Amino acid sequence: MPEGEAVVRVRDVIKEFGPLRVLDGVGFEVVRGQTVAIVGRSGSGKSTLLRCVAGLETIQGGEIEVCSHPVGRPGSAARAQLRRDVGMVFQSYNLFPHLTVERNITLALTLVKKQPREEAKKRAAEVLGLVGLTDKIGAYPEQLSGGQQQRVAIARSLALQPQVMLFDEVTSALDPELTAEVLGVMEDLAQRGMTMITVTHEMGFARRVADLVVFMHKGKVWEIGPTAELFANPRTAEFRQFVGSEL
Amino acid sequence: MSYKFDFEFLAERWPDFVAGAWLTIQLTVASIALGFLVGTVCALARVYGGPVLRRIVGVYVEAIRNTPLLIQIFIVYFGLSSLGLKLSAEVSAIVALTVNMGAYTTEIMRAGIQSIQRTQLEAADCLGLTRLQTILHVVLLPAMERVYPALSSQFVLLMLASSITSQISAEELTATANLVQSDTYRSFEVYVIVAVVYLALSALYRFALWAIGLVLFERRRRLGTPL
Amino acid sequence: MIQLSSTHILYLIEAARWTVLLSLIAFAGGALVGLPLALMRVSRSKLLRGLASVYIQIVQGTPLLIVLFLSYFGLGILGYKLDPLVAAGISFTIYAAAFLGEIWRGCIEAVPKTQWEASDCLGLNPVQQYAYVILPQAVRIATPPTVGFMVQIVKNTSLASVIGFVELARAGQIVNNSTFEPFVIFAVVGAIYFAICYPLSVASRHLERKANAGR
Repeated sequence: MPEGEAVVRVRDVIKEFGPLRVLDGVGFEVVRGQTVAIVGRSGSGKSTLLRCVAGLETIQGGEIEVCSHPVGRPGSAARAQLRRDVGMVFQSYNLFPHLTVERNITLALTLVKKQPREEAKKRAAEVLGLVGLTDKIGAYPEQLSGGQQQRVAIARSLALQPQVMLFDEVTSALDPELTAEVLGVMEDLAQRGMTMITVTHEMGFARRVADLVVFMHKGKVWEIGPTAELFANPRTAEFRQFVGSEL
Repeated sequence: MSYKFDFEFLAERWPDFVAGAWLTIQLTVASIALGFLVGTVCALARVYGGPVLRRIVGVYVEAIRNTPLLIQIFIVYFGLSSLGLKLSAEVSAIVALTVNMGAYTTEIMRAGIQSIQRTQLEAADCLGLTRLQTILHVVLLPAMERVYPALSSQFVLLMLASSITSQISAEELTATANLVQSDTYRSFEVYVIVAVVYLALSALYRFALWAIGLVLFERRRRLGTPL
Repeated sequence: MIQLSSTHILYLIEAARWTVLLSLIAFAGGALVGLPLALMRVSRSKLLRGLASVYIQIVQGTPLLIVLFLSYFGLGILGYKLDPLVAAGISFTIYAAAFLGEIWRGCIEAVPKTQWEASDCLGLNPVQQYAYVILPQAVRIATPPTVGFMVQIVKNTSLASVIGFVELARAGQIVNNSTFEPFVIFAVVGAIYFAICYPLSVASRHLERKANAGR
């Protein structure tokens, strides 16, 4: 895939929960190496949008493509490929509580990528280094702070070398200090050229790190544009109000 | 009270009791292992299966849990043989105990599996694990850890309930007792002895289950905290 | 071969009345002995706690069948006539008391500690605390598992058949001895047990859901 081509394409996506239309014709594109921040009030559909890109929800209309593979339709044969291409980090970390930090990371490496145990362990140590938690390799999730758990979750995704990383409000459950350490890791990743889509409440982080900001409102992309431009000249009253309330 | 207790028969008959206890152990270990397997599969079907499968498992569980083990044993041993399927007393015992154990295990494991949050499944999915890998590595062990006390109690109860298989003359501990008391007429003494052996077996099973728990649940062994 | 007739069915249903009676005796006896046991288990006296605990451990570690044999032949030793009903009544009381005692202990302990403290501050003595504050709350917690345990009692009364008491299971064996249709007969017997037990199971689950919803 040449530089500059879209890694993620979302076109006219419609997502309904029963009678409720949560996403109503949403579209945007993410270019390799870009960091995209999806912002909006709760209930605006931003988390659902991310879950659709991750293939966790089936969509009722439109198209989603990740690395040229279709996503979001039931029985999609490209599912295994999607799992190879996309890493997901959750608000609630979702580490496996009965496994050590190391095994949390090596589990998918050995089961999915069929790497030998030793090679997987080396990789685990490597990615833990990237998030600054080398010394916690033998710990269990419950022995870590929320921020540390979230960094392990990031390392776990990172170990699989995804093309795109998705972050779903990964700091919402954390205290301010712990938030900072997680955002630090993410900022670092962005600088290394990782393609990232992050749903976030952290406007400071969005302004500083994101290349592109998507403002969701009532299930639609209300405003979209390069970060600096968008924050300097909000076109809609809703975004102006949102930015004002978040400050 | 003029009754004189007389345990002299033990000198001659103790090997019978040992043999009976050994058969009790064999029957119950086999039934516990098989019943746990049946119950776990049924619990998975009950939680993740389609409506028809869930219904079938539901009927199985209710039918077994609301009828006596004694009748279940009679149906397997006398009933099936009258229909042409002749099983030995020991095999009948294992079949009946397994079917019984399976129903109770289903209910216990179902609670454990349902306690695993959906987000754990999503995380496993996002890491690319298949459904089967997710169940084996992410669901079953923590589910089992959460309900392990209830499971252990049920296993011990099954061991005690296996005494009922004496009614189809499976030559386990209780049947041995019945035999010895009819030879010696020291009924009360015989059953006192057997009660003590069962108490010892209960303690042994509890200890073994505790040790198995230590091996299975590494996190718990190291941290000592509940999951 | 004699076919299974309506007479046989009637005979079985007749015998089921003994199963119900035996269950009621077991429950009454078990409750009578089980409540003091539960109170002993939560008492401040180490001795009482220990005694109750030893009793429960021993009974829960011995098969009910063996308890039945011991009661039956033990009566003989004490010089009484071997009466299956008395032996069964004693055995089921011993058995049910141990399990009910343990279930109810858990329910008493499930009443929040603050209720003790609050009633203590109001000047109630321990007996008053139990009677007016703790037990009424424990009863509500205890109802679903107690109803659930009644299913176990009903099923276990089938074991009285081994000492010759003619209840439902024994009646099934008797009918089988004359008709030689074990599959049908024991299926019918099982169905009668089911008819008694299933409503109790459903009630227990229903009560539990209600209790959880009320929280």
